[in-house]
Amino acid sequence: MKTLISLIAFLPTIALAEIEYSGSAAVEQRYFLQDALYPQQERANLSVYFAPELYTRFNDGNDSILFKGFYRFDQQDAERTHADIREFKWIHSGNEWQVQTGISKVFWGQTESLHLVDIINQTDGVESIDGEDKLGQPMVAFSLFKDWGNTTVFVLPYFRERTFSGNDGRLRPPIAIDTDNPIYESEDEEKNIDWAIRWQHTLGDWDVGLSYFDGTSRDPDFVLSTNELLEPSLRPFYPQIQQAGIDVLALMGGWTIKFEGIQRKVMEQDFTAFVGGFEYSFVGLFNSIYDVNWLMEYQYDDREDLTNVVAQNDLMLGTRLVFNDIDGTQILAGIVQDLDYSNVRAGFIEASSRINNHWKWRLDAWLFSSDEPAEPSYLLRRDDYVQFSLEYYF
Amino acid sequence: MTCSLGSYAQSAEDKGLAIAKERKLRDSGWGDSTGEMSMILRNAQGDEVERKMRLKSLEITNDGDKALTIFDQPLDVKGTAFLSFSHAIEPDDQWMYLPKLSKVKRIRSRNKSGPFMGSEFAFEDMSSFEIEKYTFKYLRDATFDGQASFVLEQVPTDNDSGYSKQIIWVDKQHYRLLKAEFYDRKDSLLKELVNYEFTLYLDKYWRPMRTEMFNEQNGKSTELVIHQINFNTGLSDNDFNQGTLKNVR
Repeated sequence: MKTLISLIAFLPTIALAEIEYSGSAAVEQRYFLQDALYPQQERANLSVYFAPELYTRFNDGNDSILFKGFYRFDQQDAERTHADIREFKWIHSGNEWQVQTGISKVFWGQTESLHLVDIINQTDGVESIDGEDKLGQPMVAFSLFKDWGNTTVFVLPYFRERTFSGNDGRLRPPIAIDTDNPIYESEDEEKNIDWAIRWQHTLGDWDVGLSYFDGTSRDPDFVLSTNELLEPSLRPFYPQIQQAGIDVLALMGGWTIKFEGIQRKVMEQDFTAFVGGFEYSFVGLFNSIYDVNWLMEYQYDDREDLTNVVAQNDLMLGTRLVFNDIDGTQILAGIVQDLDYSNVRAGFIEASSRINNHWKWRLDAWLFSSDEPAEPSYLLRRDDYVQFSLEYYF
Repeated sequence: MTCSLGSYAQSAEDKGLAIAKERKLRDSGWGDSTGEMSMILRNAQGDEVERKMRLKSLEITNDGDKALTIFDQPLDVKGTAFLSFSHAIEPDDQWMYLPKLSKVKRIRSRNKSGPFMGSEFAFEDMSSFEIEKYTFKYLRDATFDGQASFVLEQVPTDNDSGYSKQIIWVDKQHYRLLKAEFYDRKDSLLKELVNYEFTLYLDKYWRPMRTEMFNEQNGKSTELVIHQINFNTGLSDNDFNQGTLKNVR
């Protein structure tokens, strides 16, 4: 009752504050170029999403509340039909410091082809193959902004499980992953309190970040088990890890050098992984207003056991073509080649352009070539797809 | 204070530099400002698209200014923020916040001749005016739009500039930039900028409410319309930090 009264007392200030409403929605049509490996899977898939956003500020702009919701409906895959609170947080800013409380999204890192250092948010695995879509993470984060850099301490009281395609979805292993029965190393399971710290600083042409994380791994291992019907199932296992990370970006003439490296301790074992490379820009190609950027990144991981490590000795080559036109047209295309197996590679294209103030089209394609059963990408060997999206912004 | 302008034994370079310094001096001390503006992009056929943005600026003495541009339109880039620390001699430091990824991305400012948001303004046109960015030469006196003006040539000192030179018209009374011609690297006329509707703020600082940039080579133009400017808004370095960039609205 007391809370109700204080809530009612609080309401007028909220009601007085102006609430900005915006967001996006899209229709996506995916078409798989080959027949599926498993009988439940289809070749065509229609999917829609809705992502509303609410924002308000008060106390002279020193406080603000942000809400970002997400809902997807998928024609084929019940696991891909899902809702999430991407962000719902209260930000309080002081002079040279800030506290964020609630569900938030944080991005760390510099490289394009792989995000090793970025560890706060769980990957929303059913969204896209590039792993760039993330689930909202509950946290309290305190940041300090000083001449010597920006430092943030995170306390993460609740763990989010990764999402995986269901039985009817594509881009999955032969046995769909049993997300209802995860296994945790921590006896507190998803309530283990994780924490992290990050320092980030710009020194002239160098941007440097150092980070440390202690808590539940966002990357699961898998345990072969059986479900209630005594069918084989893959249960995700989330161990406890400690991870130190470094990320660097340096501007050198026309070159942008990017590097990310991690050292992770998991189940009493240490391993190192890094990704590094460059982006080179030709501005105003052939006297036009087009920019052409070349990207090359090398991915390395010293784990011997390859079952769920995709980027372990691979090379990414890509090009980003920026048209610099009114519609903001861009094309990113690339290939990731496995250097251990010459017959294992993946190609991708991402193109997008604005139609008008509200509408935008996007074309994504992924092509997998993998005849090597020892590589995790072997699971995707028949899942080449092209996706066309029509996005609406409001 | 400005008597050197009148001395007759001066070289064209000295006189050009003196005029440029006076221009910079007259626009010093404004502190900080916030503004709302539209950028109207027009192609040669006359079709137009409107962009909307807000701008926060902080004057930095002895270096270039800090500026934060927040995009409101087109809607797919709403919330994108562009942070720029102009520097007199060194390349500007620039970052872009991309809300979709919650990612702050460092931008290569050597890309300064590239178009800003698909407009006829290049990134370097959006940077603050600093004496060290050019070598100056006084050319002649002229009347522009009924105002007695100095005509100067300014040559960018940075080899990464997209321009071989700029010819500018500065009025003799208030030292405001009235017009500028931009010449490309092959020394052909590329663009022409004209400032309109000057308004006086804080009894000292003139700001054009409308700026037109016309591309002579492709017939496209971009008009910058200021809807509102406020001074003394209490901005500090803390408002121009890449750490707070993701919470900018």
